[in-house]
Parts: sequence; structure tokens; C-alpha cells
Amino acid sequence: MAKRIEGKNLNIYYGKFLAVSNVNFTIAPNSVTAFIGPSGCGKSTVLRTLNRMHEVIAGASVQGKVLLDGDDIYESGIDPVAVRRTIGMVFQRPNPFPTMSIYDNVAAGLKLQSGRIRKSELDAVVEKSLRSANLWGEVQDRLNKPGAGLSGGQQQRLCIARAIAVAPDVLLMDEPCSALDPISTMAIEDLIRVLKKDYTIVIVTHNMQQAARISERTAFFNLAGVGQPGELVEMDDTQTIFTNPTDKRTEDYISGAFG
Amino acid sequence: MTATLTRSARPTVFARPSGARKFKNGLATTLVTAAFLVALVPLVWLLWTVISKGFHVIMSSSWWTESQHNQTQKTPGGGALHAIVGTLEQVALCSVISVPIAILVGIYLVEYARGPFARVTTFMVDILTGIPSIVAALFIYALFVSTFHHLRSGWLVSMALVILMVPVIVRTTEEMLKLVPNELREASYALGVPKWKTIAKIVLPTAFTGLVTGVILGVARVAGETAPLLILVGYAQGMNANLFGTKFQGSLPGMINDEFTNLNTATGGSAYHLDPNGKRVAGGAINYAPDRMWGAALTLIAIVLLLNVIARFVARFNKVSQ
Ligand SMILES: Nc1ncnc2c1ncn2[C@@H]1O[C@H](COP(=O)(O)OP(=O)(O)OP(=O)(O)O)[C@@H](O)[C@H]1O
Ligand SMILES: [Mg+2]
Repeated sequence: MAKRIEGKNLNIYYGKFLAVSNVNFTIAPNSVTAFIGPSGCGKSTVLRTLNRMHEVIAGASVQGKVLLDGDDIYESGIDPVAVRRTIGMVFQRPNPFPTMSIYDNVAAGLKLQSGRIRKSELDAVVEKSLRSANLWGEVQDRLNKPGAGLSGGQQQRLCIARAIAVAPDVLLMDEPCSALDPISTMAIEDLIRVLKKDYTIVIVTHNMQQAARISERTAFFNLAGVGQPGELVEMDDTQTIFTNPTDKRTEDYISGAFG
Repeated sequence: MTATLTRSARPTVFARPSGARKFKNGLATTLVTAAFLVALVPLVWLLWTVISKGFHVIMSSSWWTESQHNQTQKTPGGGALHAIVGTLEQVALCSVISVPIAILVGIYLVEYARGPFARVTTFMVDILTGIPSIVAALFIYALFVSTFHHLRSGWLVSMALVILMVPVIVRTTEEMLKLVPNELREASYALGVPKWKTIAKIVLPTAFTGLVTGVILGVARVAGETAPLLILVGYAQGMNANLFGTKFQGSLPGMINDEFTNLNTATGGSAYHLDPNGKRVAGGAINYAPDRMWGAALTLIAIVLLLNVIARFVARFNKVSQ
């Protein structure tokens, strides 16, 4: 079940350093939202606060609220582990578990979350996830080979399969195609279009065309200056952001990046 | 980009490496190779000495099946079984205690520790790493023998060895866990896996080969320690498999030491000097002490080597088949 996400007055810190200030947004369920903006403006930082991965870093903290279908995931007493089971994440660099086979990589989330699962059940989940990640055909006859033995693009799709195997409601992707060739990129973009039916997807990308191709909504983040916190300049329909943005800074960034 | 960077014109043909660079490169290569050889020579020499003097000794079957019970340096035969059993028992008890403690401390330091307590622990481990074995032995003696009036015993040796082994394994565990990329931990957290399970199922398996190496280094560090043996248990020539008894117990370093003292007393404590290289004294009396000494030395090396091979095999077995 895809869910709606809202950020309210988010101030995100690394130690005393305010990395991102006063971010507010709403992301509709079953949509693809792209985060764009210059390097260092805090896209990854915001993304990682959406599934409480930010606090994994020593000294990092968040002020404000992130509502998932209305429930604040930062409310005291909420288990970050449970939050991450609901909101999955795919990273910039493919990071399959090196000691595990392809099969075990996909099964890892389920196996590690909840001890015993029937083998037949697990088999079904692994196949379904690999099919959803558009990788099944390439790996079905070598499921017991190490996941690290796949190509970069295959590894990234393996990581996507691993993330969706635990059936999250939201999928966060931080530049999932930046290490990939155009063909693998296309494969993953196709995949995102399909996954949208079941998930709410947020994707960070530096590739404007990619944002334009796959997202319905686009959020532009910017940085007032060096040492200043990043901010959300505007968020609108992707079409509007790319053709007729409200804010001058968005227009400058888009035209600069394109021209 | 509107600004054009000015750069000096480049020749269209690439230049060959300059003479100076070739020379420096050659010099560096020579130095590194020379250092390698300098390090290698003593090692090979040592191994050759021990093997050439000890090999024929350990090839006799009695070496592996008999003790030195009732033997003197003038009587042939007997073996090192008592010493092998003693050493294996002492090192095994030490490892059973040290390995879990040390790996847990290593995990704590890398995965959990923050702030001053972590720094203090790291500092303590650093100090412990430098503790001489005789000091560890004296500490155990003071604690168990002087304070608690426990009689000297094999397991006290194990306790002293624990003090020496733990910091070695903590250090390597730390290094190996730090080598595990953070991305793997994050990937696991992002799947909703709790921290302790991430450590147990992702981090430790990834570092497994390295952890095994650390344990082997620890075993190699303590297996040849002699000072704790001299202080905490007497050397017995006969078999004593009771690690917790209060009788003397054989051990390989103990045997080497014992046979070494026998070199000079081949003829009943008179002033003859016997070269460890030869069996015969000037008077023609036969002394079996040198053989036994080198045999015990080779056996000790062989045991550490064997453990190494086994550990590597285990580590290989743990990997996903390629
Ligand atoms: N682990 C960290 N510790 C301290 N500061 C950090 C850390 N990670 C990021 N920052 C800082 O937070 C700010 C935002 O970084 P972030 O990684 O979110 O940028 P980004 O928009 O994702 O950039 P990029 O497009 O290059 O990935 C930067 O100033 C960065 O230096
Ligand atoms: Mg980033």
C-alpha cells in the first residue's frame, strides 16, 4: 500500500551544522517525485530523514515532523527499525551483501527481520522481487552465485529487488542510476514507472532529463551560499518546474543545467 | 563555459620518460626488493635450521606417542606427547576465554563505543598489547598464588596467556571491522534490520576471514610463551593431562627450555659444554637433549602452522561458492 509523505518544518543537523533548514512538502501516494538541485544542497540529507537513516550518522539530528499517512515517524517511542521496514531505500552505489548469493541478497531483509520463514514462501518472494526488478531472466539459473559477481547495472537492480522484497510502502532512491550505463539506466527508469503502481517513490537525480522522464512532481533544492543551510526552493508538477517555474533560482538552475 | 583556460602548447608526440625518472624508479624498485630479501633471509634461515635439526626427531613415531617419563639426556627414545598435550590444553583454554571476549570488545569499540569511555578502552588495549609476558605471569601469580593461595597449575598459565592474547585479537578485530564498508551496514538498516542483527549477519560474516586471521595471530603469539610456564607451573617430563591439577605439566616451550638446560649437564652436571649443534661431547658421551630441543621447537612451529591451515580452510568454506 503506497502512502502519502509530508515533511513539516524540517531542520536537519550534522552535529551543530544546520545542513537543511525549514523544509515543507507533501508527496502523494503512488507518485514519483524527483529531488533536484546543486551538489551539497541537502537532497540526500532530506531523503535520508524520510526513513530515519539520517540518525545513523554520529551526531546527526532532525527537528520537525515527517508524516506518513498522517503519523509522525519521529514521534517519541516510534522504532526506527519499524519505520525502515515501511520505507525502503536504494543507494547511489550498488551495495549487495558480498558474502551472500543472489538469492540470499534478495531474501536478506525477510530472513533477518523475522527469523523463520517457509522456504517455499521465500522462494516465491525472491522470484517475484527479481521479476519486479526486471532481473529474473538474467539470474534465474545462477541464484546461488555471489551477488557481487553481477555487472553494476544488474547489482543495482538486485539492490532494488532486495529493497522491494520486504514489501515497503515507500521507496527512496538516491541517484540510483549515477553509476550506470544508459541501457541499465533505461531499465531502471522503466522499472520505476512500473513500481509506481504499488509504491510511493522519491528519487534524487542530477539528470534533468531523467527527472522529466519519470517524475510527476519535482522539488528543487538550493543553497544560498557556502556554509549556509540548504533549502527547498519550490516543488511543483515536473512539467511546470521545467517549463514555467515560479522562482527565478529554479529557472536559472534549469536553464543553466540544460544550456 | 565561456572562459577559456590558457594552457601552454603541448608537443604532439609524447616524450619518453626522462633519465632521472627512470633512475628514481629503478632505485625504488631495487630498494623495495632488497628490503624484501633482507626480511626473507633470516626467516628462511631460521626455518631451515629448525627443520634440518628437528625433522628426523619428529619423524619417529614415539615422538607423537610417548612422554619423556623417566628419560635422561643419555637414554634414547621417548617423545613429546606430554608437551604437546600440555601446550594444546593451555592454549585451548586461553583461546576459549579470549576469543569471545576479544571479539566482543572489538565489536563494541567499532560499532557501539562513542566518547571518552571508548577512548579509555582503546588506550587500555594499547597498553595491554605492550605488556611483557613475564609481567602478565607475575600478575596472575600475585593474584591467584599469593593472594588466593592457589597452587601453581596449568590453567593459571592459560589465564596469563589470556592477558596476552586478548589485546592482539581486539586490535585485529577492530581493524577488520573498520574495513567493512559502511554502505553494507546502511543497506541492512534500510531493510529494517536491527543493529545487532546487522552486526551478526552482515558485518561479522563480511569480516570473517580477517577475524580468523586475528585469532591465529593471537594463538601464534601465546603458543610459544615461556615466562608464564616458568612462573605458573613447573615442567613435568611425564604425562599430565589435568589442566586444573596442581602437579607440574609438560609443554613445548617448557620442554625446549628443559632440554636446553640439559645440554650442559650431559655428564651429570660437570663443566662440559655441549654445542646445541652436536650430539657428542668431547668424551664421546651421547646427549639426546639437542635433538629433543629442536624437535620440540619444530613441533611448536608445525602446530601453529597447522592451525593456520585449518583456519584458512574454515574461512574459505564460509564464502559463497564462486
Ligand atoms: N556525514 C556527514 N557529516 C557532516 N556533514 C555532512 C554529512 N553528509 C553530508 N553533509 C553535509 O550536508 C550538506 C548536504 O549534503 P548532501 O549529501 O545532502 O548533499 P546532496 O544534495 O545530496 O549533494 P550531492 O548532489 O553531491 O549528492 C553538505 O554541506 C554536506 O557537506
Ligand atoms: Mg547526495
